[in-house]
Amino acid sequence: MNHPESAPLLEVDRLGLDLLVGGVHRSVLRDVSFSVAQGEAVGLVGESGSGKSMTVRAIDRLLPAGARQRGSIRFDGKDVVSLSGAALRSYRAEVAVVFQDPRVHINPVRRVGDFMTEVLRTNRSVRRRDAGARAVEMLAKVGIPDGERRLDQYPHELSGGLLQRVMIASTLLTAPRLLLADEPTTALDVTTQAEIMGLLDELRSDLGLSILFITHDLDLAAAVCDRTAVMYAGEIVEVRESRLLHDDPLHPYTAALGAARPLLDRTARLVAVPGRPLSALEAPTDGCAFAGRCPYVEPTCTSAAPVLVPADGGAARCVRVEALRGTLGGVPHA
Amino acid sequence: MSAVAAPVAGTRPVRGRRRTGLGATGWVSAAVVGLATLVAVVGPLVAPHDPNQADLVQAWIGPGGDHLVGLDVQGRDVLSRILAGARSSMLGPLLIVVICMLVGSLLGLVSAWRGGMVDAGVSAGLDILFAFPGVLLAALTAAVFGAGLWAAVLAMAVAYTPFVARLLRGAMLKERNQPYITALEVQGLGATAICLRHVLPNVFPFMVAQGSILFGYAVLDLAVISYLGIGVQPPDPDWGVMISENQSGILLGYPLPALCAGACIVAVVVAMNLLGERLLERAGKDGGR
Repeated sequence: MNHPESAPLLEVDRLGLDLLVGGVHRSVLRDVSFSVAQGEAVGLVGESGSGKSMTVRAIDRLLPAGARQRGSIRFDGKDVVSLSGAALRSYRAEVAVVFQDPRVHINPVRRVGDFMTEVLRTNRSVRRRDAGARAVEMLAKVGIPDGERRLDQYPHELSGGLLQRVMIASTLLTAPRLLLADEPTTALDVTTQAEIMGLLDELRSDLGLSILFITHDLDLAAAVCDRTAVMYAGEIVEVRESRLLHDDPLHPYTAALGAARPLLDRTARLVAVPGRPLSALEAPTDGCAFAGRCPYVEPTCTSAAPVLVPADGGAARCVRVEALRGTLGGVPHA
Repeated sequence: MSAVAAPVAGTRPVRGRRRTGLGATGWVSAAVVGLATLVAVVGPLVAPHDPNQADLVQAWIGPGGDHLVGLDVQGRDVLSRILAGARSSMLGPLLIVVICMLVGSLLGLVSAWRGGMVDAGVSAGLDILFAFPGVLLAALTAAVFGAGLWAAVLAMAVAYTPFVARLLRGAMLKERNQPYITALEVQGLGATAICLRHVLPNVFPFMVAQGSILFGYAVLDLAVISYLGIGVQPPDPDWGVMISENQSGILLGYPLPALCAGACIVAVVVAMNLLGERLLERAGKDGGR
């Protein structure tokens, strides 16, 4: 939140999405609104099927055929949905994506150097040697000192963590302003995970990057993001400052997520969220999607779809937000 | 690449080729194909006699003297005609394969990349072309343009293109759905660059393998067309033409000239098919990662 006064860089406003499933349009995203300011890191947390990846695909303009979109996505004031051709390509250069599994997202039969410099050479007409030099420089910045050697290697010769650094470095070569990190550490082991997260955080402060960080790990999001949005069944159920979200959740789902994780100093049985996660496709239209699993459910919850209610500097999609406020509090630490 | 003093010896680049081998069959096939290609290039130059010099008095004379494989129905040297005939018998199929691959990969790329209506339109067009047998098209082109190698090549290219385009569309569609293609798109790389620099090269081994098998079929089909008299015209030497000219010899007890030409065709077709299958196996292994 370096420039809180300026207009947000990315603004997603009441985004809705219907996908063609077996010939019928089914809704997977409803009323998703959030924004990312210049230099801000925003987390998007949710279970599998909650719609977080579809949100990213909508921002990327990578929606599957037959998708129907509502609402708007604006980047730096421009409408993203209407972009095409050269405008779309330059938008994509400004919005870089770091994928979950770097190994399948790099052409396996081309050298790392070819992969890293291709966009520079093609779209920016940078000469091969200059592009190579910039790639080596960027590799050094992401913690790979022997960049020249790496450029001559093939992706299969690099470890997963190293390859993810290569991926990050290559996205940075076009000087993007927003980084969409789609579970960038899920395919890596825990120690590497910490290093990559540290790297992203460092790049954010060094380069003034905005980051939209997608993960299913509430703690990880809380550790690196200024604000976090929690998604459930295709809706945002809570947006809060990460610190508050963690210690003083407003929505019962967030509280349940926070409680359902193992702690080293806790020996009691792990608290699971009862029931089964609802996929966005099955969410009811006339009530709260979480009602079936919520310990605080009451008749009003299933009679009308709840809206996002502003509270305590954030917002929660819960009709009982005022009543429950402060009582869901934090995780039972020992 | 300067200071590689670190103990990286074990991690030297091992470029993906675990199995270079085509196997014994593959190598023998490659040798046969290589020999046929060599003959096609230099054959007419090394032919011991003029392949078109006829001497009816010497018709059907068996091997002997300076005619190693004897003389044919018109008293022409069979070896010289085989050597000289290799040119049209190999060049024709090569042209067919090249044309099919060019047109087929273009159609395959466009429909695999664009999908939707474009894909449906191209596929429908190919379905219509599928309906015409190659030999029928050859008769048609011979009637329109006059019989000859070029008319036959054109006809076969048109007849084979739907097969090739459909095969390549499948391979390219598979490649297009790879996550790394999405990653390139998201980086802002244009469709043309992605197609030419990533999709096409990664499908290329498959194209070579299919091209090899296709070449075998093309040799056979062109021979059939020449045999029927609507391809290469006598007296130009061609293996298919030789069979048709000398078929009477089989009944008369002089089968050698026709069999020689037939053996050449069989050898090239079988070798091309075996080689193609070996290549396909390899492309599948490496391409599948």
